Amino acid sequence: MTSFFNALPGAVSQGLIWGIMAIGLYITYQMLELSDLTVDGSFCTGGAVCAMMMVAGHNVWVALIVAFLAGMLAGWVTSVFHTKLGIPAILSGILTQLGLWSVNLAIMGMKANQALNVKNYDLLVSMRFLKDVEKGTRGFWQHPLFTVGLVTIAIVAVLYWFFGTELGASIRATGANANMARAQGINTNLNKVIGLMISNGLVALSGALLAQYQGFADINMGRGAIVIGLAAIIIGDVVFSKLFRNFALKLLAVSIGAVIYYVVIQAVISLLDIDSNYLKLISALIVAIFLAVPNLRGKTFGKRKEKHHA
Amino acid sequence: MLEIRNVKKVFNRGTVNEKIALHDLNLHLAPGDFVTVIGGNGAGKSTMLNSVAGVYPVDEGEIYIDGVEVTHLPEYKRAKFIGRVFQDPMMGTAATMQIEENLALAARRGKLRTLMSGITKAERESYKEALKILELGLEDRLTAKVGLLSGGQRQALTLLMATLQRPKLLLLDEHTAALDPKTASKVLEATQRIVEKDNLTTLMITHNMRDAIAYGNRLIMMYDGHVVVDVSGEEKKNLTVEQLLNLFSKVSGSNEANDKLLLG
Repeated sequence: MTSFFNALPGAVSQGLIWGIMAIGLYITYQMLELSDLTVDGSFCTGGAVCAMMMVAGHNVWVALIVAFLAGMLAGWVTSVFHTKLGIPAILSGILTQLGLWSVNLAIMGMKANQALNVKNYDLLVSMRFLKDVEKGTRGFWQHPLFTVGLVTIAIVAVLYWFFGTELGASIRATGANANMARAQGINTNLNKVIGLMISNGLVALSGALLAQYQGFADINMGRGAIVIGLAAIIIGDVVFSKLFRNFALKLLAVSIGAVIYYVVIQAVISLLDIDSNYLKLISALIVAIFLAVPNLRGKTFGKRKEKHHA
Repeated sequence: MLEIRNVKKVFNRGTVNEKIALHDLNLHLAPGDFVTVIGGNGAGKSTMLNSVAGVYPVDEGEIYIDGVEVTHLPEYKRAKFIGRVFQDPMMGTAATMQIEENLALAARRGKLRTLMSGITKAERESYKEALKILELGLEDRLTAKVGLLSGGQRQALTLLMATLQRPKLLLLDEHTAALDPKTASKVLEATQRIVEKDNLTTLMITHNMRDAIAYGNRLIMMYDGHVVVDVSGEEKKNLTVEQLLNLFSKVSGSNEANDKLLLG
């Protein structure tokens, strides 16, 4: 039990970091109704770019911005596959993800990982800061919960503003009803490009933060990211859909969904004392359960979410 | 206002399912024309509307709207000139967005969408006014999600959205066919009011002979991918359903008219 509570701040911090990735995924999966599998690759791209930038001596903020831009580039590639070449979205994402494996290795100088030791670099977040704040050697504002929480709120605020603009509203319309959008003069293909770029930018930003938090970037760090992202979206929806109607709150629900996911995983690991090699299996099961909940509910109460296939 | 010249459209070219949907299609609409379109299944009515709207490219011929050639423009660019209402009430509106958000999207048809606010206070007031013409009480439900509305309400809203920015051309593709008779006539009345108020050039497909005669100043009948009957003015006003059916039998050379067209 104590091991669980000791691990809790770490689990919540990690959940918040992955929550940023999930918010990015929300844009494609929920708003544009695109299944974008680029994220497993672009998450690592973000981590790799951030690590290499900082190793090269750049400021942490510069590294984060460049990581964000690199993610946008990955999203752009997927969007070109999809909108210009007519490849189904899901395949476009898989192709980019596959290609990114090599690109990510190349970014890290053909190595499978790149250390980013907190002792040598001025990081924004680190696992180490958890203990430092506890011991009092660092201010509370450097606690990962505080820093990542603030970053999350800033991102939600910007997205809330953006999706309320003329352009942002037209992106929402593209996902809600592409036929209607085109009839109202909306360039749905361009909007998919923009959506995929913003989404993957956020995914890469999340990867960049995780690389800092864990002290290294790794070629496998994005594996299963899509599952964690979906889990966060679904958990957030299952838990908060009745409570949160406002768009900004819905985005926050996604972030909290990621936190819940990590807390549940942590609970399973520390309370049941399971070999951590079973982590992926447990993750898959947890996500399957949460994915099933809305459907099972619908069957019981005859309420189904209206879906458009355009 | 609309000029269709020698348009040809073939589906599934080169396969056993090849279907010549439109051929030798010619149609000219003067500004302010309100044309009703009738014809049996597969006559090419919807294909004509979709070709004008740019849903798919045509194989031959040209299409002009107000003198501008649009034959090769993508659908979203043609939308600048065209207002559309579809047969399926779900197709013209975004269910997960509010009534006012849908209207705000429509108000920006043909304009550059910027990072300015997606909807302004002044707009909200104007939408309240605009919704009154539908006589459905939607003006008091601006922030309701469109998914909560009935099919008829959604269709009426789509109609308003299609005409919020005065279109050069209004395309109505059997927009009342999926509605119950009472709602259908309400939406048709609203259509009439809006078309008259803004003097809109309109193409309206209908399966209802009576509506085809009652509405508009001109009636065309399509058969086998082109226009076979074109009546207007007094001649159209004095048409009867029976005369129309006879006309159809003559052009199609069969008596199947009764099966295919007798929906009025």
